[in-house]
Amino acid sequence: MSINITTPLTKEKTANLKAGDIVNLTGTIYTSRDAAHKRMIEEYEKTGKFPFDMENTIIYYAGPSPAKPNQVIGSAGPTTSGRMDAYAPFMIEKGETGMIGKGARNENVINAMKKHTAVYFGATGGAGALISSHIKKCELIAYEDLGAEAVYKLYVENFPLVVIIDCEGNNLYETEKLKYQK
Amino acid sequence: MRNISVNEIIETVKKLCIEANCILNDDVYNAIECSKCSETSPIGKEILCQLTKNADIAKSENMPICQDTGMAIVFVEIGQEVHITDGLLTDAINEGVRRGYTEGYLRKSVVSDPFIRTNTKDNTPAIIHYNIVSGDKIKITVAPKGFGSENMSHVYMLKPSDGIEGAKKAILETVREAGPNPCPPMVVGVGCGGNFEMSAYLAKKALLRKIGSHSEKPHIREMEEELLEKMNNLGIGPQGLGGNTTVLGVNIETFATHIAGMPIAINISCHVTRHAEAEI
Repeated sequence: MSINITTPLTKEKTANLKAGDIVNLTGTIYTSRDAAHKRMIEEYEKTGKFPFDMENTIIYYAGPSPAKPNQVIGSAGPTTSGRMDAYAPFMIEKGETGMIGKGARNENVINAMKKHTAVYFGATGGAGALISSHIKKCELIAYEDLGAEAVYKLYVENFPLVVIIDCEGNNLYETEKLKYQK
Repeated sequence: MRNISVNEIIETVKKLCIEANCILNDDVYNAIECSKCSETSPIGKEILCQLTKNADIAKSENMPICQDTGMAIVFVEIGQEVHITDGLLTDAINEGVRRGYTEGYLRKSVVSDPFIRTNTKDNTPAIIHYNIVSGDKIKITVAPKGFGSENMSHVYMLKPSDGIEGAKKAILETVREAGPNPCPPMVVGVGCGGNFEMSAYLAKKALLRKIGSHSEKPHIREMEEELLEKMNNLGIGPQGLGGNTTVLGVNIETFATHIAGMPIAINISCHVTRHAEAEI
């Protein structure tokens, strides 16, 4: 059974999500990877603002391939989240409630998630063409010079996700592996 | 001597870049398909179904299987009877990559300097490995490699006393550590012997071998089979969400080495292990 979730991702919603839940996400999310995270934090430190409202927001760690003339977006799967571990606690503190990516997170991120009731969703890495079909709108909103690493505002419909780490720190990567280890 | 114009090379490399990124090779596709039956984790099974569905969409829409269309790794086997005309071979390969990544709507993921990090905007330069062989043909293999999996790779300079068991331990540990990060199910390329850079080159080259193929050396074949089983018993599973499909294949290549050393390189690849080849 999957759970339908819409944005904004309020803390009332994140508090109810548990590691292992299958989620279909509909709403607005923002892409950002290494370079954009670095720049967003620099911008915040200078101006006190991000390029989008961080409150109850989901950041998708992704750098899509270019859209063909008839496409909304190219392939758009998740990138490895661990590279954003250095920046994620800051974003969570400033209001980010959800992250979408793939791969492990460090303790600092998990502690920030527990403190601020945030969740970490996994999207299927390498399924960029399939995920692309769930993205209905794509708008460039910041750092165009970063190319694939720019910040895009996406509208997604029924984006298939799994809750990997919930706001209590339960971690699906840890618990599931043990069940299948021989 | 046989003359081959760089123009033919440019067109070939361009076509191979697009083909490799949009069409998942049959051996990888079939290995994923087969693992659907043996996978015991329900969520693992669901992920494997997503992966073949994704490959089907990519093929029919002619779009990248994964948005990380990688750095272009190009293996070139040049027959020594070939004479390249109208320009430089390396320039031609880079021009082919430039056109393939631009005209094929592939992602440009290359920065010109590891610290300044300015995107070159056309995915060049390619990483090219030349090999001189007999004959009057050129064989070109384009193997785009994403960095989610590349970042999980290792070179170990082991001691001869570590033996084959030490090598197996290092290889298994690399996969365990990689966990969910390199988009499992993975393909594991291993280079044993040579020296520091040769082992890494062999590990990369091992990824070009078909899944299910084995080394002709009995002790290496045994090592491949044993490691595959052990890796699939780690519990990592598809996308690291648990299961018994962690690795689709382990390919090991070997080379002579020095009396004092035993280099072991492990190049991890994701389920989108890509390569396309052509002969001119």
